[in-house]
Amino acid sequence: MYNYILRRLLIVIPVMIGVSAVVFFLIRSIPGDPALILLGEHSNPEALAKVRAQLGLDKPIIIQFFYFLFNMARGDFGRSFITNEVVIKEISIHFPATLELTLFSMLIGSVVGLFLGVTASTHRNSIIDYITTTISVAGISMPVFWLGLIVIILFSIRLPIFPISGRLDPTISFKGPTGLIVLDSIIRGNFKVFKDAFYHLVLPSFCLGTIPLASIARMTRSSMLEILNQDFIRTAKAKGLPNRKVIYVHALRNALIPVVTVIGLQFGALLGGAVLTETIFAWPGIGRLSVEAINARDYPVIQGCIIFFAFIFVFINLIVDILYAFIDPRIRYE
Amino acid sequence: MKRFLVGLVVILMLATSVAFGADTPKYGGTLIFGRGGDAVGLDPADVTDGESTRVTEMIFEGLVGFKGETTDIVPVLATSWNISKDGKVWTFKLRKGVKFHDGTPFNAEAVKFSFDRQFDKNNPYYKFGKWEYAEFALDALQKVEVVDDYTVRFTLKYPFSPFLANLAMFSCAIVSPTAVKKYEADFFKNPVGTGPFKFVEWTQKDKIVLEANQDYWGGRPYLDKLIFRVIPDNSVRWLELQKGTIDAMDGINPDDIPAIKQDPNVTFYQVPALNICYLAMNVEKKPFDNVYVRKAINYAINKKAIVDAFYKGIGIVAKNPIPPNMMGYNDKIADYEYNPEKAKELLARAGYPNGFETTLWAPPIPRVYIPQPTKVAEAIQSDLAKVGIKAKIVTYDWGTYLQKTRSGEHDMAILGWGSDNGDPDNTIYVLLDKDNAKKGVASNIAFYKNDKLHDILIKAQQVSSIPARKRLYEAAQEIIKADAPWVTLAHTSYIAATRKYVKDFVLPAIGAIKFTRVWLDK
Repeated sequence: MYNYILRRLLIVIPVMIGVSAVVFFLIRSIPGDPALILLGEHSNPEALAKVRAQLGLDKPIIIQFFYFLFNMARGDFGRSFITNEVVIKEISIHFPATLELTLFSMLIGSVVGLFLGVTASTHRNSIIDYITTTISVAGISMPVFWLGLIVIILFSIRLPIFPISGRLDPTISFKGPTGLIVLDSIIRGNFKVFKDAFYHLVLPSFCLGTIPLASIARMTRSSMLEILNQDFIRTAKAKGLPNRKVIYVHALRNALIPVVTVIGLQFGALLGGAVLTETIFAWPGIGRLSVEAINARDYPVIQGCIIFFAFIFVFINLIVDILYAFIDPRIRYE
Repeated sequence: MKRFLVGLVVILMLATSVAFGADTPKYGGTLIFGRGGDAVGLDPADVTDGESTRVTEMIFEGLVGFKGETTDIVPVLATSWNISKDGKVWTFKLRKGVKFHDGTPFNAEAVKFSFDRQFDKNNPYYKFGKWEYAEFALDALQKVEVVDDYTVRFTLKYPFSPFLANLAMFSCAIVSPTAVKKYEADFFKNPVGTGPFKFVEWTQKDKIVLEANQDYWGGRPYLDKLIFRVIPDNSVRWLELQKGTIDAMDGINPDDIPAIKQDPNVTFYQVPALNICYLAMNVEKKPFDNVYVRKAINYAINKKAIVDAFYKGIGIVAKNPIPPNMMGYNDKIADYEYNPEKAKELLARAGYPNGFETTLWAPPIPRVYIPQPTKVAEAIQSDLAKVGIKAKIVTYDWGTYLQKTRSGEHDMAILGWGSDNGDPDNTIYVLLDKDNAKKGVASNIAFYKNDKLHDILIKAQQVSSIPARKRLYEAAQEIIKADAPWVTLAHTSYIAATRKYVKDFVLPAIGAIKFTRVWLDK
């Protein structure tokens, strides 16, 4: 098992190098000169030449690539063209916001999704099945910028329960060790900040949660339907086990493998940042960071973000694979 | 009777105190300003965008500044200055007893340091910035010398009157040398100046917190705290203002303006901005080398209809390259009116009785001076079709668009400009002089070259008398109108809204909103 994990972790290295090369050349093939975008209408030739030289863009592209690889090997992704901030710092500032939002969205999406999926499968072709299917289809198809405004108007304006946007009341100054405000406020024992941060999380998590919710519910339903027709379920029922136990222990556990895969994929995707949700709810996450970097052709930040996303994806896939073994003991990694 | 008199006195006192209460500024409180984007950095000399400079202008100050809503130059950290006869040596007397927020005294050394790090390649701190604006603002500058503690001397390479306006720009702000030396490349997130507000904290893409500088030389600001909050979506930001969770905002959807004007809890502000949106005709390409064709296009476009439809109350039709509130604006000029018949006539005279085919380039993204570029381009396209000109709309991503128009690949292109320093030189010379019509790097994308205009514009850079400069720019606008290298489309306004209790909030014509005198009546 440990050997397996080690081997899987080693595979990360060539993946990272491959991703780096692809990203490096791909973003440079998009039209648009970063120096010109930086200076806009007001640029003049001397200023452009100077800025290009300072950003290292005056050197041949292949030389730039080797500099980039060499620095990356030392863990140095450079500084942002635009803000001059160290790229790793930029990511470490924005990622906790996205992680916090993702964890809550996945919690909502998984719990509700599993419940809806199971309910739909046990009431197949009934009105309950149709309702849950409708909910999950709606979850996938509703645009977040629309849903976001609707929930804000309903739950922040009409019923003023939750704040409209942001992560924390702007007049509160709070910094913690992890950057996950909810967790940090518990560590520091600051109940006021905990409550405020939690309230700020509800609406964006709900909106973002609808996306994984839909896929999880659909996958759970189809996977459950397959399992519920198998012999061992009939045996369990025949033994006189309570229905709830048959469904949630015997059936669900066996139906979980594809569901866990979906959860893993969704989790990885959300960690890449949800630009629309982050924009509507003024959430200072990594989705906005990366999209703004692409618009500004901020090469170091784009490279840093994409390599970071690739790493996260590989890492989550590894976790999912390990989880398989816990869910289904027949799966062993040798 | 006595009771009556006492009662009267009490009533009078109450009445005056109420009136007094409404007019007398109060200290205290926090103002939260909602805006669409975050600052890029907080080093005033190393940023170019308005979201950064509106924060740096609260933390830092220059030797001179812009007065309120105007482009008039007033002393700030300098108290007076004189210019040598040849216009090349500028000597500034500095304000005494001013300290930076970190306690460093403000003096001539600090002034010299603030400029040297931007343009002297041998300065050890030159390598920590890109100094995007130095090429523009300090192009004329040869050296800065310390005469004594409170006197500093600027020597220019050539006489250049707009230099004073350049010194009022955000990039010429004076920075604490101690802080720059301490933070080096990280000064952009640890800004230290002399301004009315001190930097407290910055949570990127979320908020920047400033607090009142109690020791400010001009008297402490009324607000205790000033918070800039990033709320990217315009509709959400407006909801926050309605709910009162922010106190002021800009970046208003034009569609929301009627609702904002009606809201009893909100005040709406509008001021003409110093910008221009224009359609440049590439005079180096046929048929735009023919002045009749250029005039025909001017007559063919219904500018008023375009401004009414796509600027939604924030635009006015432009007849000159500079806006009406800028020094030297020539109001006597008659614009080409909308007259398709006359346009056809001129086209026939130019030898194109059946029109011609051409391209019309439009910016891919909204800019301050053009909120709906595609719609405007389509309207121009249909106006031109009515006089027989078939224009195909062309667009690229923003960077490429700038690059290609500078290289003169277009026939006609829509572009705009926001003034950097409020001086007409920065608009007319930059956009219409032959010096700036070099292919590949042109800011004059009509590639329009007129020697007589050039002489006028150079002279206007050299004389320092304001009335003389005004006359020169008025003459320049006449030449430009007659040669018609552009269709001057629109100037826009800058709009903002605050809660009713926000008092003495003034939108400036140029530069950042000054929160120094803003107070909260609540």
